[in-house]
Amino acid sequence: MAGETLARFRGAGRVKIVVLIKEVPDTWGERYLNLETGLADRHGSARVIDEIVERGLEFAISWAAENPGTEVIALSMAPVEATTNIRKALAMGADRGILIADEVLVGADITLTAQVLAAALTHTGYDLIVAGDQTTDGAGGAIPAALAELLDLPLLSRLSSIDVTSGEVRATQLSERVMLSLSSSLPAIVSVTERFPDPRLPNFKGIVSAKNKPLDVLSVADLGASIDVLGSARAILTEIEAKPPRVAGRKEVEDADSGNRLADFLRQNQLV
Amino acid sequence: MATDNILVLLEVTPDGHLAKSSAGLLGVAAVLGKPVALIVASRDVAERVSNSAAELGAAQILMADDDSTSFVTPSVDAVECAFQAFGPSAVIASHSAYGRDVLARFAVRMGLAINVDAVDVTRDDQGIVAHHSAYGGTYNVTSAVTFGAPVITLRAGAVNSRAAAQPTVAENLVVPSSRRRSAVIDFREVSDAPVTSRPDLRGADRVISGGRGLGSAEGFTLVEQLADALGAAVGASRAAVDAGYVPHSYQVGQTGVQISPQLYVALGISGAIQHKAGMQTSKIIIAINKDETAPIFDVADYGVVGDVFTVVPKLLDALAAADS
Repeated sequence: MAGETLARFRGAGRVKIVVLIKEVPDTWGERYLNLETGLADRHGSARVIDEIVERGLEFAISWAAENPGTEVIALSMAPVEATTNIRKALAMGADRGILIADEVLVGADITLTAQVLAAALTHTGYDLIVAGDQTTDGAGGAIPAALAELLDLPLLSRLSSIDVTSGEVRATQLSERVMLSLSSSLPAIVSVTERFPDPRLPNFKGIVSAKNKPLDVLSVADLGASIDVLGSARAILTEIEAKPPRVAGRKEVEDADSGNRLADFLRQNQLV
Repeated sequence: MATDNILVLLEVTPDGHLAKSSAGLLGVAAVLGKPVALIVASRDVAERVSNSAAELGAAQILMADDDSTSFVTPSVDAVECAFQAFGPSAVIASHSAYGRDVLARFAVRMGLAINVDAVDVTRDDQGIVAHHSAYGGTYNVTSAVTFGAPVITLRAGAVNSRAAAQPTVAENLVVPSSRRRSAVIDFREVSDAPVTSRPDLRGADRVISGGRGLGSAEGFTLVEQLADALGAAVGASRAAVDAGYVPHSYQVGQTGVQISPQLYVALGISGAIQHKAGMQTSKIIIAINKDETAPIFDVADYGVVGDVFTVVPKLLDALAAADS
């Protein structure tokens, strides 16, 4: 496999970059959970592509522009309404879209989501898989690592920068005080952070051409994989409640004594 | 009294100490059963931090060698080895980049279910359950697993319970390699401890944040002054980050850090939903803002409508007067 990938990077064939697209509620608006089902209420809030995922998509599209023969695939697992957002990924510059939409996946937990995505990735083929490090809705950040394990791929996570050259990926992971330089051969899976460049906006030409790009909506059965939804251990919601909203406390207009009253308030609460 | 083993993966900082998350992890594990701590590090570091782990409540400590060049997989192999040896009722780690990467790989490897970003872990009559705070604290969600030991990542700073100190009982764990593919760590650069003695934003007890109302990077130093006076960490709203006053790592909100400190002070922050999602689970919130209609006042326990550049110096004076 490694040798085959290398050959493709030398120009013998198409390099496949698969970007995992996660649709999330827009964080600029109120977000709702359905209290009957515990699922995200998709009617309650606008659905957008996660903003960190968009940066990953931008990386893939830019890299493809500099490396002719690259195919960028936007892959998502979501209800069928998510085709709108896949179409947006195509308008930004992805070559084709795949949406895994299946009733059986409603309320899927992390391991089931990872199993389905792994099956879909095996179905499409890949040289490089690009994901967002953490999305804004669940902040789980567990899918890239779970996929690495299921597909036996090197994981390069939480990256600040990435450099993909002939059959190899080199990347930097920055945390508070440590900079790690990571590398691996391809195929590999990477997760990007908000340190990646801003995504482009789709232009008119992109929007028009997106209409003619292939977008396949597949079921779990179409993937040709056997996924035992109930046979594996699953995480389930047992309770959900809307928290009572915080109640505003005292509010006063600044005067000469404001500093003393704030200091008293801190003292009363044992904070100084 | 439960005597089940609870496997806790502890994290070691770049300068060779136990990560701050360790106390909360062992605190929650001690409530559930017997905390068995796993430390993956070089032998000398592991031996050095094992006493701290026992002080924080680890009843038993397992030390596994890190090969220091393979990324993540040696820790996954160590968790698997410890799991096989101790048959724990739950596996818990911090919801940090390290904890997530290791436990997500471990969970799918073992066919176990994973619950991430818990704010507490308790036991009910059917077993161990994880509690979550969803969508920036708008919803409380409880999750369980259908069968098998739950694998759980715990949000930093969310748990206040602490375990009683234990005598140090440490042993080496010899971990067979799974030979799973892994990225290589080519080099590791550790910067010196930050010159400031300010606590890290994640897990800090007190946080002072500044917004667009500070007006400039120079103006933002006011936030730092109050933070230093109160021994607090410094945060910022997205507007302040976008305006370039401070780096992105300061950002509190749905796309930044989500925190639940004992005290959160918002200076010149309007309180967009985006921001509130990162801080509204704080215990006590103080807001100072010129605009009396700013939504931040709706979640503040104490709001002052006024100019941060006059109110904060007055507060600093009052705090200094009390000290002298």
